[in-house]
Amino acid sequence: MRDVNSGMSANAQSTTDPIIICRDVHKWYGNYHALRGITMEVRRGEVVVVFGPSGSGKSTFIRTINRLEEHQRGQIIVDGIELTHDVRNIERIRMETGMVFQQFNLFPHLTVLDNITLAPIWVRGWTKAQAEEIAMQLLKRVGIPEQARKYPGQLSGGQQQRVAIARALAMQPKIMLFDEPTSALDPEMIKEVLDVMIELAESGMTMIVVTHEMGFARAVADTMYFFDQGQIVESGPPDQIFGDPREARTKLFLSQVLSH
Amino acid sequence: MSAETPTASKTVEALPPPTERYSVVRWLHKNLFSTWYNTLLTIVMLVLAVLAARSVLEWALIQARWEVITVNLRLFMVGQYPTDALWRIWACVALLAFLIGMSWGIWGRMQRGGAIAFGALPFVLAIITSDELSRLALVITGVAGIVGYALSWRWGAALQRVSIIGWILYFPLLFVLVSGFGADDSVLPPVPTNLWGGLLLTLLLTIVGIVFSFPLGVLLALGRQSNLPVISWLCVIYIELIRGVPFISVLFMAQLMLPLFLPGITIDRVVRAMAGVVIFSAAYLAENVRGGLQSIPRGQYEAARALGLNSWKMMLLIILPQALRAVIPILVGQFIALFKDTSLVVIVGLLDLMGIAKTVLAQPDFLGLQAEVYTFVAFVYGVFCYLMSAFSQRLEAKLHAGR
Repeated sequence: MRDVNSGMSANAQSTTDPIIICRDVHKWYGNYHALRGITMEVRRGEVVVVFGPSGSGKSTFIRTINRLEEHQRGQIIVDGIELTHDVRNIERIRMETGMVFQQFNLFPHLTVLDNITLAPIWVRGWTKAQAEEIAMQLLKRVGIPEQARKYPGQLSGGQQQRVAIARALAMQPKIMLFDEPTSALDPEMIKEVLDVMIELAESGMTMIVVTHEMGFARAVADTMYFFDQGQIVESGPPDQIFGDPREARTKLFLSQVLSH
Repeated sequence: MSAETPTASKTVEALPPPTERYSVVRWLHKNLFSTWYNTLLTIVMLVLAVLAARSVLEWALIQARWEVITVNLRLFMVGQYPTDALWRIWACVALLAFLIGMSWGIWGRMQRGGAIAFGALPFVLAIITSDELSRLALVITGVAGIVGYALSWRWGAALQRVSIIGWILYFPLLFVLVSGFGADDSVLPPVPTNLWGGLLLTLLLTIVGIVFSFPLGVLLALGRQSNLPVISWLCVIYIELIRGVPFISVLFMAQLMLPLFLPGITIDRVVRAMAGVVIFSAAYLAENVRGGLQSIPRGQYEAARALGLNSWKMMLLIILPQALRAVIPILVGQFIALFKDTSLVVIVGLLDLMGIAKTVLAQPDFLGLQAEVYTFVAFVYGVFCYLMSAFSQRLEAKLHAGR
């Protein structure tokens, strides 16, 4: 039997070498310069929170890491594989990288269980029984094993997002990307999703999280990056970002986010 | 305060939703006689309806010479298909009844009333018919249907795979049985296609049209969205070209041009007509499927890609199942149109149901019986179209369960 957590404890052992390297990443949409030279290194087991005003390029950036968006200049290396036009490299990186979306993006025509087992069966080549066993473990881990036979449309937003997390984890990724995972949720459902993410962070998973949840960032982030106008304005551990931000723009943004 | 007053601590009892109950008189008053002009309209319409119904019934029951149908029934059903090979058609019908019965028991258990009506139909027909052989065949058909239903009622889900394989094997088997093969003295001597006719030919054209144009249409729709310009242009040119031309000209082209394109090979006339139907239908299907593809939000593509699915798996497992589900009513509508459009093969000299109607009307015994013949033809088309549309509604309800 496969242990869902085995990959993560292995990650935690070598925390020094970077698993994601981004060097001077640029991205244009037509004439609009969306990313202007992003350089970032993420260590194994590190939890990175990316925050900033809307339109600052944080979602675009996280989507370049698994090639949902293509970068036009610079270098992105994920787990030793460089992202190029080579389709095999892209598919290998996507297998190692789980992603959770703002709008959940569950497959509405499949049950919760089938949503989770689809990729392990069709991409990893596991048997159905194997995949379903792992899926049930993961559903227990995110706290909704009783919903396995339902369809996504029958679940609340918070439950759907937890299924989406389980679906991403089922591929046993080395890295998890979260693109504003709580922005489409009602306030009362945000907590149940954040609890799952905190548990995941504590288990040693490498995570990049785009979020406005500053409480979450303060609790689990190792490093925070403040994005504005396609650039990293400031980065550092949460203590420094919250306690002693150096840039005026960071101060202004934090004062607006934290004022209520 | 009295003791019966409900308090917050008590569990609130759910009330049933209010129902509007009307007596017949109130319903009539509300819908038909609410004002003086509504009353007037109702009375005028009622008089007209009675007059119309009376003359229609008078014609249908007294004046109409229905013997034109009963005498030529075999012609209407199978054209000039040879008598000693008729058992093959009956075998196809009985097998079809078996498969329908089995599928009904597996997927349609809720519609028990429909199943009983459907199962009783062959026996009712067997009582009506005057021909001994047809009676025997109809009874066998009915029994086959009941056996299929009983089997799946007993074993249900275990037979799912069997019945799917059965349906897939049915279509090639149908053609082997109908057309035959080998020498003239073999078990299944070949029946030349110029003897195929009537409802048999209409249904064969429709089945081939659906079975082949559906995958072709899906491929064209996917090709039109392809990132490779050559593929997408070719698909666009094909789709727009065919859609810009009437069906009749496609049929003519298939009859006249296919032999020109493929010199040295003689293609059967019926096969050429089938090719025309497929070519025409695929172009329209492609556009309908494209509509379904465009209704799928971008997030579905992104989620599939983020999980590492390649383009083919993404299309087959995530995008197409949703896209096709979204356009079931449109697809079935198009299949119904295809079924009716096959009547145009009369133009290229084939005797489908419509063509047989014309030849029957040309018989000296039955001159001037257009009303009877066309009423019957319309009834047959109507029954099949209704069955297709009823099936599509059931399918839709089934696939949308849980959402």
